[in-house]
Amino acid sequence: MSAEKKLVGYVCTGCGIGDRLDAKQLLSTAKREGKLQECKQHDMLCNAEGVKLIADDIAAGATHIMIAACSRRAKVEAFHFPDAAMTRANLREGVIWVRPASGENSETTQEMADDYIRMACAELRTINKPSSSGEQSLIKNILVVGGGVTGMTAALEAAAAGYAVTLVEKSGALGGHAALLHKRVPSRAASAGTSNSRNAALPQPAENNVPELVSRVGTTGNISVHLNSSVAKTSGAPGRFSVDIAAESGSTSTGEFGAIIQASGFKPYDAGQLSEFAYGASPDVVTNLELEGLAKAAGDGPIKRPSDGKEVKSVAFIQCAGQRSDTQGHLPYCSGFCCTTSIKQAIYFKDQNPGCDTTILFDDLRTPGAAGEDFYRAGQQKMVTFSKGKATEVVPGSSLKVRFQDLILNEATEMECDLVVLATGMVANSGPDPYAPADAAQVPVASILNLQYRQGTDLPHLKHGFTDSHFICFPYETRRTGIYAAGPLRRPMDMQQAMDDAAGAAMKAIQAVENAGLGRAAHPRSGDLSFPSFRKEGCTQCKRCTVECPFGAINEDEKGYPLYNESRCRRCGTCMGACPVRVISFENYSVESVNQQIKNCNVPDEFQEKPRILVFACENDAYPALDQAAMSGKEITPWARVIPVRCLGSISLSWITDSLNSGYDGVVLMGCRRDDDYQCHFVKGSAMAAERMSKVGDTLSSLNLEPERVVLHEVAITDVERAPKLINDMADTVARIGQSPFKF
Amino acid sequence: MSDLNQNMIEKYRNSFLKEVEANVEEGEWVKMCMQCGVCSGSCPLGKHWAHPPQEIFMMIRAGKREAVLASDAMWMCTSCYNCIVRCPREVPITHIMHGLAHYAKRLGLAPKGQPTMAFSQIFWDNMLKAGRVNELKLGLSLYFKDGFVQGVKNSLANAKLGQNMMKAKRMNAAEFFGGHGVKDVSGLQKMIKKAQELEDARIAKYGN
Repeated sequence: MSAEKKLVGYVCTGCGIGDRLDAKQLLSTAKREGKLQECKQHDMLCNAEGVKLIADDIAAGATHIMIAACSRRAKVEAFHFPDAAMTRANLREGVIWVRPASGENSETTQEMADDYIRMACAELRTINKPSSSGEQSLIKNILVVGGGVTGMTAALEAAAAGYAVTLVEKSGALGGHAALLHKRVPSRAASAGTSNSRNAALPQPAENNVPELVSRVGTTGNISVHLNSSVAKTSGAPGRFSVDIAAESGSTSTGEFGAIIQASGFKPYDAGQLSEFAYGASPDVVTNLELEGLAKAAGDGPIKRPSDGKEVKSVAFIQCAGQRSDTQGHLPYCSGFCCTTSIKQAIYFKDQNPGCDTTILFDDLRTPGAAGEDFYRAGQQKMVTFSKGKATEVVPGSSLKVRFQDLILNEATEMECDLVVLATGMVANSGPDPYAPADAAQVPVASILNLQYRQGTDLPHLKHGFTDSHFICFPYETRRTGIYAAGPLRRPMDMQQAMDDAAGAAMKAIQAVENAGLGRAAHPRSGDLSFPSFRKEGCTQCKRCTVECPFGAINEDEKGYPLYNESRCRRCGTCMGACPVRVISFENYSVESVNQQIKNCNVPDEFQEKPRILVFACENDAYPALDQAAMSGKEITPWARVIPVRCLGSISLSWITDSLNSGYDGVVLMGCRRDDDYQCHFVKGSAMAAERMSKVGDTLSSLNLEPERVVLHEVAITDVERAPKLINDMADTVARIGQSPFKF
Repeated sequence: MSDLNQNMIEKYRNSFLKEVEANVEEGEWVKMCMQCGVCSGSCPLGKHWAHPPQEIFMMIRAGKREAVLASDAMWMCTSCYNCIVRCPREVPITHIMHGLAHYAKRLGLAPKGQPTMAFSQIFWDNMLKAGRVNELKLGLSLYFKDGFVQGVKNSLANAKLGQNMMKAKRMNAAEFFGGHGVKDVSGLQKMIKKAQELEDARIAKYGN
């Protein structure tokens, strides 16, 4: 920044801060030690007058502001000053609310507050106001890959919001698997007030509305459909994706897109692996999808069985066929749609011939969706027999014999029927996982997006082939920013859920387009303008940043230097934590900005017996948990100094070694849950940090320090009791093993 | 086995569930059971039953006609109504249990000497005589239902209770000789007889 820096501080004395702390001393600390040109005191900084005071100063030339008041997570609307670089000293949640008010504590409480002022001022001196890289542009075109129910819904939703959509479908027709259905599961519950009686009016199988959806796509002006086409190449980043669409005929067209929705749906499970149920051995054993074909062919007439065209008088449905099982070749998960599908299909038979014996052999019947339970009752009303039993074998013959274990009567038994329907599940139709372990024996699958990313051609998987996303907070975000997964690609689901999913993904894609146009980050640091840059002279081309970036944001240039794609970046700083030579930084967050906070916190000599515990708390979950703890009056040791970090993945090992070298007695790292059921907002950051920290033991032993001085904890946002306790535990540890020998 | 039983077997060869629907009080509800097991878990006597309600319903659907009708499970129901209150599907389980018991008795399949059934029969016969229950005779019939010797033993065991009840005027020894009844006993008996004829006609319709 070429303009002259002007650093101004503000100390708020509201919310009891002024009663508990010596404001005069805080001001003098900020000016003398914090080296601010000016520091002002206000008795309620977040009110209109206080905000105006700051805004006026910024208008008059203040470039950097330090606000010593409440937590950085509080009053964000009031303290929103996009025209200045800002730091916040957390005196309320960080100090007065976690310390008892009694007189004997006032000295340590004041020290805590002074330290937070020093740290905020030190941080302020190292940062600058971020501004967009200007790399992106606003392209209001959205690409939808896949023309099934999910893809069509996403296209219609995005088009209705005014965005031009290009829909690419591999086959020759829109509609996907859903177009093959005879009828669909109802999506609405029985009307309000419907009694629980056995003859209440309940939802029935509904007309398949996929043809209507197809015609709506056809008549919507700003949707252009490419049938018999696939994505040959995708390069770029949100706001500037360049995609080659290859038609089967051989012609290729290139389009520019702001965001991409992948709705490549599912593949039906291969029932050929179910030889125990005589699939393949008897034509009268069919999958649920094949039964839809039989029902469609029958129209409203009786459903005929494939072997001899005989009208089906008795039918058995085997739920969870090849699913929810650890057997090799089976799906370990529940596909979520098959129970309601079997109820629907049983009703096909009952509606045509009430005398047809229909038995559904289930283990756990699950009926998701608004109509679910009512639809189950509708099946029961029609005398569909629901038997809690686990099918073990189907014996082929002119009459099929189904052997099963009755789970209520606890006995092996069997039944005869004309037709057996296997309720088989769905397999995600995803491309190859870029992070699949090299030794995993995988059936090679064709790429769907053909991304020209250094980190692989397709969206990373979580497990079982489903795409990875933060399942609690932002399910549609994938690990490739600007590319949104929707429908059964993300997790198994039914049509209604897929349509809801599609609408959600369309909204996220629109956000991505708009954010990219302004150079802003997507979730979870939405609106952040900062982006990583690196000092080329220092870079050793080790490529760790390109490998460890959870979002595949970093490519390589021809000389092997990292090539950032700012709009792909989620601003977690995992690259910064990865860099062994510490050349990666953000305008408002860097190795130096935290290092200065560590250095400027006062570490008393050992004779004062005031240990210092450094806490790195993830700003997504751990820091809010600490704020929440403060609100509910939990105490935290006066020795702790908390520094919020974007993600544990951004932690540079140098912070830990430097702090221990300069006399800190313990370091506590608090991040999100990692690995399979991770809650890390940056997917891999927390796991990366854990891996890096596993090597910190060597450093500690080389410094002759006890390994328990550095601990890493998984903290959830709900750990209101536990988070402060973890910090206090470290104080106990220090009391037990003694202070650090590295104090001056 | 009765003819009625044979006829019913013929008529509902494939589906005991349909037989239950047509013949058992509230039997149309059996299909609505979703096998959650709350009834079995709620039944204070459930652990003493051979088959708690959830299992009975499953057996009906599985076509286990003999096993259900010959079971003494539904005779164990004390009508506490816990199951009805708790059933998420609002299935009238207590009523179905009594309906099944009644149907089994009508078909002659109920277990011989089942005490609840025996008591019910004694109660009914006793009540028909005078239009009111004669408690003294009811008690004595119950004591002597398993023979004279056992009857004397039962009477002696409860002699104290009997004396106290007489002292408190809760029981009158004179009731042994006739006892009190309704004003128009023959009218009541005619009414019951007519009802029995109607019921027989209804059953005959299914039976043939």
